[in-house]
Amino acid sequence: MKRLAKWRLISLFGILALVLSGCGQPYLSTLKPAGEVADMQYDLMKLSTLIMVGVILIVMVIFFLVIIRFRRKNDKIPKQVEGSHKLEIIWTTVPILLLLILAVPTVAATFKLADVSPMDKKNTKALVINVRSHLYWWDFEYPNQKIVTSQDLVVPTNEKVYFNLKSTDVKHSFWIPAVGGKLDTNTDNVNKFWLEFDNKRANEAGNLFYGKCAELCGPSHALMDFKVKAISRDKFDAWVTAMQDVKEPQKATQGSVAAQGQEIFNQSCIGCHAVTPSNKMPETARLAPNLSNFGNRSRVAGVLDHNKEELKNWIRNPETYKPGNMMTGKYPKMSEDQLNALAEYLMGLKVQD
Amino acid sequence: MSTLAQKKGFGATLWDFLTTVDHKKIAILYLIAGGFFFLVGGLEAVFIRIQLAVPNNDFVSAGLYNEILTMHGTTMIFLAAMPLVFAFMNAVMPLQIGARDVAFPFVNALGFWLFFFGGIFLNLSWFLGGAPDAGWTSYASLALHSKGHGVDFYILGLQISGIGTLIGGINFLVTIINMRAPGMTYMRMPLFTWTTFVTSALILFAFPPLTVGLVLMMFDRLFGANFFDVTMGGNTVIWEHLFWIFGHPEVYILVLPAFGIFSEIFPMFSRKRLFGYSSMVFATVLIGFLGFMVWAHHMFTTGLGPVANAIFAVATMAIGVPTGIKIFNWLLTMWGGSVKFTTPMHYAFAFIPSFVAGGVTGVMLASAAADYQYHDTYFVVAHFHYVIVGGVVFAVLAGTHLYWPKMFGTMLNETLGKITFWLFFIGFHLTFFIQHFLGLWGMPRRVFTYLPGQGFSTSNMVSSVGALFMSLGVLVLLYNVIVTSVKNERVGNDPWGDGRTLEWSIPSPPPFYNFKQLPLVRGLDAYWLEKMEGKKGMTPAEPLGDIHMPNSSFLPFMMALGLFIAAFGAMYHVNDKAWALPVMIIGLLVTFGSMFLRSVKDDHGFHIHKEDLMDDDDKGVKA
Amino acid sequence: MHADEKFTYETWPAAPEKSTLESKNKFLGFWFFLGGETVLFASLFATYIALKDKVPSTTHHLAKDLFELPLTFVATMLLLTSSLTSVYAMYHMKNFAFKKMMTWLGLTALLGLGFLGLEVYEFTNYVHEGHTFTSSAFGSAFYTLVGFHGGHVAFGLLWCFTLMFRNSKRGLDLYNAPKFYVFSLYWHFIDVVWVFIFTVVYLMGMVG
Repeated sequence: MKRLAKWRLISLFGILALVLSGCGQPYLSTLKPAGEVADMQYDLMKLSTLIMVGVILIVMVIFFLVIIRFRRKNDKIPKQVEGSHKLEIIWTTVPILLLLILAVPTVAATFKLADVSPMDKKNTKALVINVRSHLYWWDFEYPNQKIVTSQDLVVPTNEKVYFNLKSTDVKHSFWIPAVGGKLDTNTDNVNKFWLEFDNKRANEAGNLFYGKCAELCGPSHALMDFKVKAISRDKFDAWVTAMQDVKEPQKATQGSVAAQGQEIFNQSCIGCHAVTPSNKMPETARLAPNLSNFGNRSRVAGVLDHNKEELKNWIRNPETYKPGNMMTGKYPKMSEDQLNALAEYLMGLKVQD
Repeated sequence: MSTLAQKKGFGATLWDFLTTVDHKKIAILYLIAGGFFFLVGGLEAVFIRIQLAVPNNDFVSAGLYNEILTMHGTTMIFLAAMPLVFAFMNAVMPLQIGARDVAFPFVNALGFWLFFFGGIFLNLSWFLGGAPDAGWTSYASLALHSKGHGVDFYILGLQISGIGTLIGGINFLVTIINMRAPGMTYMRMPLFTWTTFVTSALILFAFPPLTVGLVLMMFDRLFGANFFDVTMGGNTVIWEHLFWIFGHPEVYILVLPAFGIFSEIFPMFSRKRLFGYSSMVFATVLIGFLGFMVWAHHMFTTGLGPVANAIFAVATMAIGVPTGIKIFNWLLTMWGGSVKFTTPMHYAFAFIPSFVAGGVTGVMLASAAADYQYHDTYFVVAHFHYVIVGGVVFAVLAGTHLYWPKMFGTMLNETLGKITFWLFFIGFHLTFFIQHFLGLWGMPRRVFTYLPGQGFSTSNMVSSVGALFMSLGVLVLLYNVIVTSVKNERVGNDPWGDGRTLEWSIPSPPPFYNFKQLPLVRGLDAYWLEKMEGKKGMTPAEPLGDIHMPNSSFLPFMMALGLFIAAFGAMYHVNDKAWALPVMIIGLLVTFGSMFLRSVKDDHGFHIHKEDLMDDDDKGVKA
Repeated sequence: MHADEKFTYETWPAAPEKSTLESKNKFLGFWFFLGGETVLFASLFATYIALKDKVPSTTHHLAKDLFELPLTFVATMLLLTSSLTSVYAMYHMKNFAFKKMMTWLGLTALLGLGFLGLEVYEFTNYVHEGHTFTSSAFGSAFYTLVGFHGGHVAFGLLWCFTLMFRNSKRGLDLYNAPKFYVFSLYWHFIDVVWVFIFTVVYLMGMVG
């Protein structure tokens, strides 16, 4: 019987190890950390798991011994035991010690992750990004660079990036699982925190991390994804310059399909969607995603594949893809030709090739 | 008064239950209503798992999914788990302390009817324009943004049922303090009574913040106030605080009685007194106390700052200590015992690893910096289902099998009980274990679907298959209830043969006055002590005399009904419906009129005379 | 001792409010109820403090421009005095002096009525000045906190009148003595709550 119990335990841990070895996708999983914050959190996870597995082991050993040894075999009344002070002291103090082992690094990490003092210094060189969450899309403003983009966050690797988080409608939560734990975007106040994207591991993840909204925010909460392009500082600077260079809306070539698209866009879309990255409008006036570099994006509406067909589907009926979005019904119905033209135009909106 | 055994017609039985103030009958009402809502909430859970079984599923729409997930959480917590726990508190606690009823039988009935009408009101939302869809936490910005009346149903329904719970808590507190049998000192009270006591205290102090939160949101949504409207100076974080100051103790309100039930089962079926009784009591009280100190760990990502987060992290970890004490005491209770694997004992056994798993992930979540990763992901979903299903639902199922004979006078079938157990146990772990990993792999909670290519697909399918097992388990339980009720084989005082506490010293079900003569309690496990000395029953503490009993009343039903009606008026008055205001006034008149009637009409109860009690003896009702 | 037994001054027990099991239960249960009420008001106070002077624009009234201390001071005095009169009423209840108890209870209710009248007058003033329930978060929090207390006073008055009316003919017995006593507990409680409101809302409001 005893041997059987041992086998059960071993097989249990075999399964556990199997499951653990599947750590999820490198661009998405908290178990494949790709930055300083996620590393710290992963270390805490490992430490707490280690302690907890120890506790579970002890409990399980007693548990199985009880099952095996103390089954009722006859009608004898067992000895009535009141308790044991010695044992009780042991299982009070040992857990306290174990918790202390966890509590100290927890407190240290909590304070370290909350340290955003560099972003508040005057003339700071630190990169600051204002994140504004809207019903089912994300607005990213680079106040020092004076550019705005949406849906695809672009960040440099190997340095701390500081975030100001706020929501314009309902509460959301800003989360890039592989790079670090989340922080809510409240409607009441600005929350601040920092993340760091590791260059090597960003490359391994294809330089594109998945971001998520983690707070229930309405029907399309599940679809409020965004993407994070983590690139080296040089490439980032080049991107910033390219964005800053777009002073006027990019002109489509005269007479092309795209030009027709631009005309339609200027009639029906530009009221909400800006196509210049320069930061002139107040954030409350930025009603819809900025499309200046739409052609460079990785997804349509954050969730659909980035191609003309999906873009046309989206414009045709956004409600099918993101129920409860704010775009549905804000523009006239488009004919197939108009959709083609619009898609042609939007896909051509690139700041870099 | 010896009319107990007479058969009654259906109408008379119904009227009896509508007007009853007997704690045992109220317990049955709680069990039926709670069981019904458990099935409703379970059905909602099945819908959730069907929708999530494969990526990009369209079994339900996004909006409907949010309604289902909100109602699943709200129903399970407020309308299933709490009333089911209340059912056992009502059925067992007065018997355990040797009382003839609770302190306020009338209030007890009122509490039930308030809960019941609140629950019905909330669920009517399905048929009246859509259920609430802002999650069971109903965070203010989303709740105010939510269209239609769904969230109004949530606010008003919970308000009504919350009042019922609150007065139930006061009732139990007074009962335990004032109505213990002679010799039943505090430190001789069974652990289930102790947990009922601490739970009731938690209810008393935790529900008012919820009441206030709901009132504020009601004012905002229905009467134009601006508590949570940021543009008018409001602040939505107030809701989060109020909700979790209630919400965290609520977890202990559910799980402490579960601990109590298991603390009865382990000694019974090990034939050994509870190991470390006094430290168990101490741990219970300590958990209750600490339960109020940790609410902000639900808000680690709200941005309260590192100081608050660190303090609440450490406070939360501290709760692990008394909980650990309990686990080891239970294990050591069985150590050296004579363990019989009955159905309740199966659940008790399964509870230990399941709850320990839920507990250790709780400590992991307490680590604030790491919680930024876990928060609002499937890791949290897995954690609280391990605690609430592995703790509370296991306890409710164990309690159902354990106390069924005491409540209904017949046993549930043991074989079917064990089949239920295995289906439910396997299904439970299959459903929820994998969800820890889904969360760590980056899957947020409360998502109506997920895209392929993120590594979530297989695990979600596994989880959904688990839900199937759990459903089958519940169906077997229902079948069990039906067949054994039809057979209706009567049982004696102590059907398990291992009863230790006072409830097993009287008939199953007990006569409506419970104890003909109040028993004399000579120690912990009072009935066991007498049995060990070879006695058949308890030594009476008083000579046979008249027994004072409360009158039945229809007023509790009417008071609750009035609020139910008034809630419709309050809700539809925002739509400028002409009938709304009159309906609200009529409803309030019904409630306050009933209260007025209760207060001006004297109700002295009645007496059962000594001679009638002796008649009962002749008819062979054993006492 | 049966609840509806008739008593004389000599046979009247020393603690008539808790001499039967039912009245002991009622006494203890009511204390617990007041414990819950304390948490209820604590939550309302916390909400008020968080939202004090939170208004959408600079044209709105703030606490320091709004409150009239002399008026609320008079109201405070009325309510404090009514607590005292209810103590006298309970004193006479314990001495089996039914008529005197009723007189003092009546006085208590009158003072409460006066307090409520002043509160209504005060609220009307504020509404005329543009500080309403719906004008700002501050307004919502103010009227909810103070109004909840006012509602408690109004309920207490109804309760008091019902008790006096119901028992006017039959005098004291062990069935109604605890009812009177519990009412006086309630009345003291709303008095204590008012002291906090006066301090937190009005006095601290004047400081700014």
